[in-house]
Amino acid sequence: MNFDELFGHFGQHTVDGLAKGAIYALVALGYTLVYGVLKLINFAHSEVFMVGTFAVVGVWTAMGATDSPPVGTLILLLVAGLAAAMAASGLTAVATERIAYRRLRRMNAPPLIFLITAIGVSLVLSEAYGVWLARFFQGDGLGSQRLVVGMPAVIKQDVLFSVGGTDVTNIQFIIFVSALVMMAGLDQFINRTRYGRGVRAVAQNPDTAALMGVNKDRVIVLIFLLGGLLAGVAALLWAIRYGNTRFNVGFVLGLKAFTAAVLGGIGNLRGALLGGLLLGVVEVYAATLTQSNWEDVAAFVVLVVVLLFRPTGLLGESLGRARA
Amino acid sequence: MRRKFVRTLGVAFAITGMLAAAGCQDSGGDDPATDATGAAKCTGKIATFGAFTGGDSGLVIPSLNGIKLAFEQFKQKNADCDITLQEFDTQGAPDQATGIANGIVQDESFLAVIGGGFSGESKATMTQFEAAGMVMVSQSATATELTAGTNKAFHRVVGNDGTQGAAAVVYIKNVLKSTKPFVVDDGTTYGQGIIAEVKKGLGAVAGEDRIQKDQQNFDATIGKIKSAGADVVAYGGYTNEAAPLLKQMRAAGVTAKFLGFDGLYDPNFPKGAGAGAEGAIVTCPCLPASEAGGTFAADFEKKFGIAPGSYGAEGFDAANILLEGIKAGKGTRKGLLEWVDAYDKQGVSKYIKFADNGDVDKSKVVIWAYEIKGGAITPQQEVSLS
Repeated sequence: MNFDELFGHFGQHTVDGLAKGAIYALVALGYTLVYGVLKLINFAHSEVFMVGTFAVVGVWTAMGATDSPPVGTLILLLVAGLAAAMAASGLTAVATERIAYRRLRRMNAPPLIFLITAIGVSLVLSEAYGVWLARFFQGDGLGSQRLVVGMPAVIKQDVLFSVGGTDVTNIQFIIFVSALVMMAGLDQFINRTRYGRGVRAVAQNPDTAALMGVNKDRVIVLIFLLGGLLAGVAALLWAIRYGNTRFNVGFVLGLKAFTAAVLGGIGNLRGALLGGLLLGVVEVYAATLTQSNWEDVAAFVVLVVVLLFRPTGLLGESLGRARA
Repeated sequence: MRRKFVRTLGVAFAITGMLAAAGCQDSGGDDPATDATGAAKCTGKIATFGAFTGGDSGLVIPSLNGIKLAFEQFKQKNADCDITLQEFDTQGAPDQATGIANGIVQDESFLAVIGGGFSGESKATMTQFEAAGMVMVSQSATATELTAGTNKAFHRVVGNDGTQGAAAVVYIKNVLKSTKPFVVDDGTTYGQGIIAEVKKGLGAVAGEDRIQKDQQNFDATIGKIKSAGADVVAYGGYTNEAAPLLKQMRAAGVTAKFLGFDGLYDPNFPKGAGAGAEGAIVTCPCLPASEAGGTFAADFEKKFGIAPGSYGAEGFDAANILLEGIKAGKGTRKGLLEWVDAYDKQGVSKYIKFADNGDVDKSKVVIWAYEIKGGAITPQQEVSLS
């Protein structure tokens, strides 16, 4: 137990954890939105994120991105990367709903069927990218399947400001602010707009909402789209911060994001943010205290303990019951 | 109309999936049917398994190519022989390897095995092959513990990590002149094993961490490296984790020298790590291609268009040992096991003669340090063991 290291640089580890958790939170929103409305755990969401990361590499490769480009190019790269990732992730999410889930819903398939379909879609996407698509990014006769794909480090990581010996880097700051802004925007959208009211209505009671004239299918497409767009943002942030992707990049991340959603209270948007940040911080603390391979153990112990005392998560399940 | 469209899309989707799944399985050679010439003795199948796809495959494919080259040359010289190679992709995972090993063991037409590519999968399968009385000749599994037991099946034409670890310690102390080395491993049989050897040799380290397979972000590890003020980071593991780790280390401003072992002798490692890999060192108990004997390097480059890389020569040797055995009329499982045990001959990578535990003679093993320059792995110097 390395307490000296943890408490000696406590602020630093907290900042690292928060930045890590912010990405979990953005992906967690996708799980929570879909669960809140459909009571469906959309396991394919991790691949929605993965597709986004590949869209970023694709666009950057096509634009000939290099390490630390000049500011003008950098902004162009970021905008193009963001647009590509959001488009790719959004489309994947909507297509998944359209192809795999909608017909099942019409036929009133039992929940288990949805779950298996979701896992199936997830595997199909991930393996297809691993085996087939990755070769466009890296391949030279030494095998191109399931490789790690490196991306250019477009933003050079620098210390932005320091508070009491704790450095916050520019990238961490961007990630953190983006996550908060996206979160607040989504929260407002769900709570204040007409579309958001539709989402809440369907979440509360789909049949009654339909009787009141809410187009259920449109609402469902909307939430898949929103989840996909947020995963696209997360994909760009991931590309800036970690600079690598691979076919199964979404697997562990998706699991963590789902955990974050459950931790905060699945179906609850603010809970997803809280759960994500908490999970990120717990992981970094645990890895610092022991070794990095213990971080998952710590993360899931926290989940189990929290659920023992608060079975509906920290903030409760509440997309439908949010203030009108 | 719309539903029809959706269905069509769905079908297209499903087909893509099936194609993808089919792509995972390597097609093998056909069963050697009766040969018209009636040379029944010189037939059979040899299996090889390893990470032929996946993040770490760049390390294994050169040796697979070496094996293929040996088979091709053998066929040209011995048209009357019908020996086929069948390859099985494990993605480097021990749990996938055990299932594959079961299949190989049960198919009596398989006479021997070349592999496994990695230590973990070799360890997981060597008891199965031993029970079946089959011989394994590995071209690249280096973990010390593989030959520490009493397993009769396992042989390797490569030096072990005891030797490599000792050489790496010499390199860290004498060439890099490190005072604060930091060690990281990935918890695999190989990674954990080599780092244990290095720690034993170094005595004191500035700090250590163990990551897990498929981990993707390394904030905590990097935090520890920074706090320790390390001047060298030694990493035991493979490309899949090392590339993102090194990249993130450099992005976070860590300037410590990075030293990896033969697991990172993989062209995909500098590619995945990007500019951060420049100047990184990789040690390997393998000769630079240019130093290999005979016309091997030239033949390899002619066929595959690239230099042999990691363990190309070792793969070539491993295949030839078995092919010569079958040619010499030892075409049974038992015959080949005895043949390999008694083997005593110069190969292209080194002089090959196996000790009782399956290791090659330690005095014939050379360790080289390679440096990553301009994104390519270039030979730097031979590391002396003293």
